[in-house]
Amino acid sequence: MNDHSVEGGALQELNGGPLPALAETQSKVCCLISVNQNTRSTAMSWFIQTCQSSLGKKYIMALTGLMLGGFLLVHTIGNATIFWGREAFNAYAHHLHSLGPFVPIFEAGLYTIFFIHVITGVLLFLQNRSAREQKYEVETSAGGRTIGSRTMPYTGAAIFLFILIHLFNFHFVEKTEVLTISDIVTDVLNNPGFTLIYGAGMVLLALHISHGFWSLFQTLGISHPKYDRPIRVVTWAVAAVMIVVFLLITLLLVVSRSHLLG
Amino acid sequence: MASKTINIIVKIWRQNGPTAKGHFEDHALKDISTDSSFLEMLDVLNEWLAMKGHEPVSFDHDCREGICGMCGAVVNGTAHGPEKETTLCQLHMRSFKDGDTIVIEPFRARGFPVIKDLVVDRSALDRIIQAGGFVSVNTGSPQDGNNILIPQHVAEAAMDAAACIGCGACAAACPNAVPMLFIGAKVSQLALLPQGQLEAKKRALNMVACMDNEGFGNCGNERECENVCPKGISIRNIARLNREYLKAAFTYAE
Repeated sequence: MNDHSVEGGALQELNGGPLPALAETQSKVCCLISVNQNTRSTAMSWFIQTCQSSLGKKYIMALTGLMLGGFLLVHTIGNATIFWGREAFNAYAHHLHSLGPFVPIFEAGLYTIFFIHVITGVLLFLQNRSAREQKYEVETSAGGRTIGSRTMPYTGAAIFLFILIHLFNFHFVEKTEVLTISDIVTDVLNNPGFTLIYGAGMVLLALHISHGFWSLFQTLGISHPKYDRPIRVVTWAVAAVMIVVFLLITLLLVVSRSHLLG
Repeated sequence: MASKTINIIVKIWRQNGPTAKGHFEDHALKDISTDSSFLEMLDVLNEWLAMKGHEPVSFDHDCREGICGMCGAVVNGTAHGPEKETTLCQLHMRSFKDGDTIVIEPFRARGFPVIKDLVVDRSALDRIIQAGGFVSVNTGSPQDGNNILIPQHVAEAAMDAAACIGCGACAAACPNAVPMLFIGAKVSQLALLPQGQLEAKKRALNMVACMDNEGFGNCGNERECENVCPKGISIRNIARLNREYLKAAFTYAE
């Protein structure tokens, strides 16, 4: 049985004699292996080579995605202070900004991670699209794809636009003692157009996370019968918590027309 | 069970050569036995085409018992057709209804260029296997039985991965056209066993490097592959490949 497992492997075929296609492709493979060895001798080039490989790009997506998700979770928890009223929310924002030099350093790190995620994602999208030049006449799913996995690049692009709008709404604006962050949030979210944009943004984010969070574990090789189900459950729970909190904030502000925060 | 016959229309991909522009051709087939296999149905079509003096449809096949990995086409959008864990040759016409239109396309991936009609060049998979290298084994006098201890469930997992017949359906079904399940299985069948450890890291690095060189896409964890795999290979093998590659990339040095 055990020996059979090894002998049954296709690698064993090579010992029996070359496959018909091997002769003409010998040079291609030899070239490949020598590429590996040449670059390995240069310091750190193995790291760049790993990042450029198909799996390397997936590791980058997984790790940056995890970090962005971590930021989002903290952002959610922080924003939930709005449920305790205007004072609590403004105080939270004030505490954050009193961290001094850590704020720009953290921001720079966040932008870097964000752009690595976006650029690698765009690269993967373009490569994957060109990997099938002629499309199928009939496009069906055999049952693996989900709405989340199917729309990953598109929800990603939409979230990118959403984040730009979000930053212009709340980040790149003048905040004063009179016009506090809670006033700005209330103003923006009470605009029906923005209410819709923020609601849609949250739904897209939920879709993106519904595939992304599970996917990152698979990509990093974390797959085990005992943890498959917990990972799926946590995926949905994480997506649900973030989205519910953000949607509640939006709804709260729209419904109350800011009176609750007074 | 009494055998039935059905009338069907096949809409089949015709392409004269690798660089020729392809098109779909419609043929009405009458009185196809539901007991015939999908390839036997194509045989009937080809006999009819040959009788009429037309060029028969080229398609790959060999053992016709689901083990060689030669056959394969995309039937109504699904690689190897609608039955789970079934190769195209083991698919039977009883899976179709009278009056059905069946769309038959070749496996489509940049790494699998069309040679003619439904025949695609899957030698990229051979090159990936070749890049995997060798397995070191003892060739002296026979060792005692059970000299290398392997738990039954580990042997079974390795055997499940080794069930891969290299048909390429994973790449055909993959939205990103990458045979990740194939490489996952080939790396896993050896990585799971003690005998495969000696070259495990180099094998993972070289097989992935070769795959990247063949014009395939990047795995997006869409899980279409495990749903069309005629051998029911799990994407857990892809996770194992991801793990093996990560380990190798960061720790292997010659």
